[in-house]
Amino acid sequence: MSNSTYRIKGETGEWEVVIGLEVHAQITTNAKLFSGAATAFGAEPNTQVSLVDAAMPGMLPVPNRECVRQAVRTGMAIEAQINKYSRFDRKNYFYADLPQGYQISQLYHPIVGEGSLTIEADEKAGLPEAKVIGVERIHIEQDAGKLMHDQHPTMSYVDLNRSGVALMEIVSKPDMRSPAEAGAYVRKLRAILRYVGSCDGNMEEGSMRADVNVSVRKPGDEFGTRTETKNVNSVRFVMAVIEGEAKRQVALIESGGTVVQETRLYDPDRNETRSMRSKEDAHDYRYFPDPDLLPLELDDAFLAECRASLPELPDAKRDRYLGLGISAYNADVLTAEVEAARWFDTLLDAGAKGPTAANWVTSELFGALNRMGRDLTDSPVSPQQAAELLGLVADGTISGTIAKTVFEKMLESGDGAAAIVDREGLKQTSDTGAIEAEIAKILAANADKVEQYKGGKEALFGFFVGQTMKAMQGKANPQVVNELLKKALR
Amino acid sequence: MTDLTNLTVAGIRDGHRAGDFSAVEVAEAFSANVAGAKALNAFIVETPEHALTAAKAADADRAAGTLKPLSGVPIGMKDLFATKGVQTTAASHMLEGFVPPYESTVSQKLWDAGAGMLGKLNLDQFAMGSSNETSYFGNVISPWRRNDGGPNLKDRAALAPGGSSGGSSSAIAARLCPAATGTDTGGSIRQPAAFVGISGIKPTYGRCSRWGIVAFASSLDQAGPMARDVRDCAIMLEVMAGFDAKDSTSLDLPVPNWEAALSSDLKGKKVGIPKEYRLEGIDPDIDAMWDAGIAMLKDAGAEVVEISLPHTKYALPAYYIIAPAEASSNLARYDGVRYGLRDLPQGAGLQDMYAATRAEGFGPEVKRRIMIGTYVLSAGFYDAYYTQAQKVRTLIARDFEQAFASCDVILAPTAPSAAFGLGEKTADPLSMYLNDVFAVPASLAGLPAMSVPAGLNREGLPIGLQIIGKAFDEQGVLNAGLAIEERAGFTARAEKWW
Repeated sequence: MSNSTYRIKGETGEWEVVIGLEVHAQITTNAKLFSGAATAFGAEPNTQVSLVDAAMPGMLPVPNRECVRQAVRTGMAIEAQINKYSRFDRKNYFYADLPQGYQISQLYHPIVGEGSLTIEADEKAGLPEAKVIGVERIHIEQDAGKLMHDQHPTMSYVDLNRSGVALMEIVSKPDMRSPAEAGAYVRKLRAILRYVGSCDGNMEEGSMRADVNVSVRKPGDEFGTRTETKNVNSVRFVMAVIEGEAKRQVALIESGGTVVQETRLYDPDRNETRSMRSKEDAHDYRYFPDPDLLPLELDDAFLAECRASLPELPDAKRDRYLGLGISAYNADVLTAEVEAARWFDTLLDAGAKGPTAANWVTSELFGALNRMGRDLTDSPVSPQQAAELLGLVADGTISGTIAKTVFEKMLESGDGAAAIVDREGLKQTSDTGAIEAEIAKILAANADKVEQYKGGKEALFGFFVGQTMKAMQGKANPQVVNELLKKALR
Repeated sequence: MTDLTNLTVAGIRDGHRAGDFSAVEVAEAFSANVAGAKALNAFIVETPEHALTAAKAADADRAAGTLKPLSGVPIGMKDLFATKGVQTTAASHMLEGFVPPYESTVSQKLWDAGAGMLGKLNLDQFAMGSSNETSYFGNVISPWRRNDGGPNLKDRAALAPGGSSGGSSSAIAARLCPAATGTDTGGSIRQPAAFVGISGIKPTYGRCSRWGIVAFASSLDQAGPMARDVRDCAIMLEVMAGFDAKDSTSLDLPVPNWEAALSSDLKGKKVGIPKEYRLEGIDPDIDAMWDAGIAMLKDAGAEVVEISLPHTKYALPAYYIIAPAEASSNLARYDGVRYGLRDLPQGAGLQDMYAATRAEGFGPEVKRRIMIGTYVLSAGFYDAYYTQAQKVRTLIARDFEQAFASCDVILAPTAPSAAFGLGEKTADPLSMYLNDVFAVPASLAGLPAMSVPAGLNREGLPIGLQIIGKAFDEQGVLNAGLAIEERAGFTARAEKWW
């Protein structure tokens, strides 16, 4: 494990930041954790509420098998210990968005134990080396509803649509030492969740959010007292919270104060955190095993199915791409988002060669999509069409330069590459007669440059190539042009 | 013509089937008794129209030849079961006026089997109590009176019908309904049955779905039938039991045909007598009745063996930690936000609304148990109380397991006394809790247990005997109960004064 060099410079010297994250990830399912109610985002208030979610008298929770399955698959994806025996506990507290008066969670026996994930080196982002970040546990729990304070002058309203929605709480170890590491951790975790399909990772819609634990210490000292900033909902904000909170703590300590263990809230508009409640007035949650639910006991067949259903994960995919000769940078870019990786894999399956295809996707395709304000999911060019285009380059039918033109036309018309090449007569020629004729004309017209070239100014070779290609309207096979030119200039 | 309200469930079912009378006549006869028994305060809501509608359907089904197991039988429904469109209160002010838009699984099964509902029966508030005195709607009164030579029955001391299913026990004993549902958390079916001289069975935990039953203590709550005899309990339980996917703790087992397999021949069976249930200073009538019960089972062919349940004395304290702990959490949902009572003082915030609503909506006993439960789950006390109590619970279950290695059923008293007078124990919650001493061990172990009437004490009040069986062996319990019933020949009934 590398040592981050990220330091807060205080008046008394340098401070190290210690970070742990609790990420709440909404499990992608059609139904809630313990009821059959729907979970779609953005529905009218209180339209996705069952009798169980509203905690009507006598209603009972029944675990949703798919939520359990997704948590197990997620655990497997971070190579974590899967606990064949786990149990649900009640976390008791009163709030208007919590109909039961308790949240069903897993305190004592979580479904997933210790695991880890690797964040890749990224020099530009301040990550000199790859680093393994430990995950303490993953447990399943219910989400709460939402209070609405802007609907009535004196009353607050409650929307229970989210009440009972299944969450995974993924608790990291305090292994991160810089905002960059924390940012990379969240991005990597998000990528894994999206690969696995257990969470859509949509932070804007609240399906993924983080509680950020931060403390500071002099390098080598014991851990300092931490604060927890709740419900941070973007990677950028996570990094901003860490930076701001670390600086606040250093300033506080250096001015003679002490950090108190407390819960804080982040205000993105002012980019600052403020105290919500301290440890003294923290709730006593009176956790105890939920007597409405039997312990979860997972059998080997269930675990085997979970494992068999896992897709190739980012790290394995990255290794495979590297093995194909794809550059580390391209491999990172292509594996970061599951859609990109799937698109690229389809392109490879359609016959495209790894390194060329990777270069083309990360430069040509991403460039074009960027210009159009689109992403891969609504790319106007399919992987099959792209493979056709790259195939025409690979077999010498068109040059790389012509390929750019053909690609533009594909984007405009939606037509296939071969059809465009045919229609526009863009096929590259290896007809030595035609090329030799053009070369002869060019050499005759530039006798002075021929002299200079022969006199040792070999850099002029490129000029002749360019002139020849231009005369051939780009359709000459560059290799043939090179060979013929060398012969003519001898 | 015989008084139809003297018929048992089996008698009504068979007589209706044979065409001796119509279901409508039966429903009307019982509804008349209900209407005439306001003094007992057994019902919170009367629903004669529900019973009548079911009776008409039963008569039509008879004509069509499509009779169901309980066609023509009107019953009482403890007001802890959610009934669609009919107020469901758990005898609390908190849920006064609450009309569920859903039907509990157990009540739905009863309606599907052709039964009709005479009304919602009174109970101890949220099923917390052993005398029905904690009901917000006033205490139920037992139809029984002591034979203490008072001038007339009406003016003698009012007795508790037991609890929490006191509306059920009182109504059946007074012939207001032939059978009723009960729920048993720590004796709430067995003790009231014993107090009024009827039968009641708490099946194995998980036999009856808890879905739609207002929760008291989830790991203990179990529905069961109360009726005049063992056969009726078997008939009712067959309908009420069964796997329910909506209750995660529901037993996924087929429901046996208990009625058909009833047999009072106990040859080859061993009956265990737990020595720890012989309590110092207990009412001698209770011990005498227990001895009589032992003789009856011997007479039925059973071998009697002494057994030991060494952790019995820890059962009651453990119960009064676990049940309140679960209750404190289960009752958190009554907060004034979504349904039921809301007390919102002028200018109040959320915390004020909680405080006002819960102060107003819960009675003293419910508050006491919420306080106890909250305390035993609190940081710093959890291990000393809740964790210890769970360990005791495991030991109690193990006691039974070991005992059942040498016997098939266990015979014990149901309660340490006959019915006590209203108000006699309300000042001292501990003495009230002690009434559950024989009932809670089977609850903690989740075992089937029933109470059957065995005779009258010197005051002329019924005494019940309890049979505890192995998990899933309701049949063994019912059969031993039947053996006692046949030999005890209990025919005494409360003389009408109401």
